[in-house]
Amino acid sequence: MTGRLKGAAQVLALALVAGLLALLVWKLATQDEGAASKLGRGETPPAPSFRLDRLDQHGKLSLASYRGRPVVLNFWASWCVPCKEEAPLLESVWQRYRDRGLIVLGVDINDLRGDARRFARQNKMSYPLVYDGPGNTTTRYGLTGVPETFFVARSGKLVCERLQAGVHLEGNKDRFHDCVQEVLGA
Amino acid sequence: MRLLLAVMAALVLAPVAAACPSAADLEGELICPTCKTTLDQSDAPAARRIKSLIRQRVAECASEQEIKDELVAQFGPAVLAAPPRQGFHWLAWILPLAGLLGAALVISLLVWRWSRARTAEAAAESNGRLPLDPELERRLDQELARFDG
Repeated sequence: MTGRLKGAAQVLALALVAGLLALLVWKLATQDEGAASKLGRGETPPAPSFRLDRLDQHGKLSLASYRGRPVVLNFWASWCVPCKEEAPLLESVWQRYRDRGLIVLGVDINDLRGDARRFARQNKMSYPLVYDGPGNTTTRYGLTGVPETFFVARSGKLVCERLQAGVHLEGNKDRFHDCVQEVLGA
Repeated sequence: MRLLLAVMAALVLAPVAAACPSAADLEGELICPTCKTTLDQSDAPAARRIKSLIRQRVAECASEQEIKDELVAQFGPAVLAAPPRQGFHWLAWILPLAGLLGAALVISLLVWRWSRARTAEAAAESNGRLPLDPELERRLDQELARFDG
């Protein structure tokens, strides 16, 4: 009886270890490295999809609804100082190229909804804005902070490069304009 | 008369004051969405904004649950330092307790077996001999029976 009990306990312990190992392997195999890493390796991964509440009006907006149009995808938050500084440039690009089909889409992350609305109003952001308070998109895109800007081609794929920090900064401004042209022509 | 009025006012207002939550307590129970530590340990811009909102809602005497619900509606359940006691989240409360109970049970069983073995060994030693192997004992019985017969 004792031997049988001991055997059962050993089988149970082995099953537990095997289960934990399988869980670890599954987690590592299915772990999303984030679209930014693939883009950094020169790949053009599909832009991770999302469907989020709109900040600028009622209802929801999904990235897929812009398939066929070039999109400048900007992640921001009201508590982020560079986000305030880059907002006029994003707005000017939106005003300048919207007739050519360009969409500038702002994704507000890890923010209070009221603060975000106030920020958008104060900074005269008239382009479409969505709200991702929990920051669910951050991992899928591989964000390291805000602001960050991606470029989505008409095909729905990420192209050009991911711009970290404000697009208005000296180091980013030229690349930003180049990427806008690239995405318009893609 | 004035004293009586003051006492009555204090009695009426005391439960209201007691019902208002403490901002400090709430800051220890909520997580900063950017740095993943509790708000009271964070000075991140996002944490500062949430703390400011909490203080504003506490000043309005909103209940602790109302404030938490408002923040969960905006940041999701991950904003709570402890998982809510409902649905799937119960697992987070039950599993550690179950693990502890299981470990205690296994240790008790091992201790019991070890002490029983020690008792048997001690009893055998007190008789001046070690317990016989059952097979050897059976063969000895057979030999003795044959000798007697």
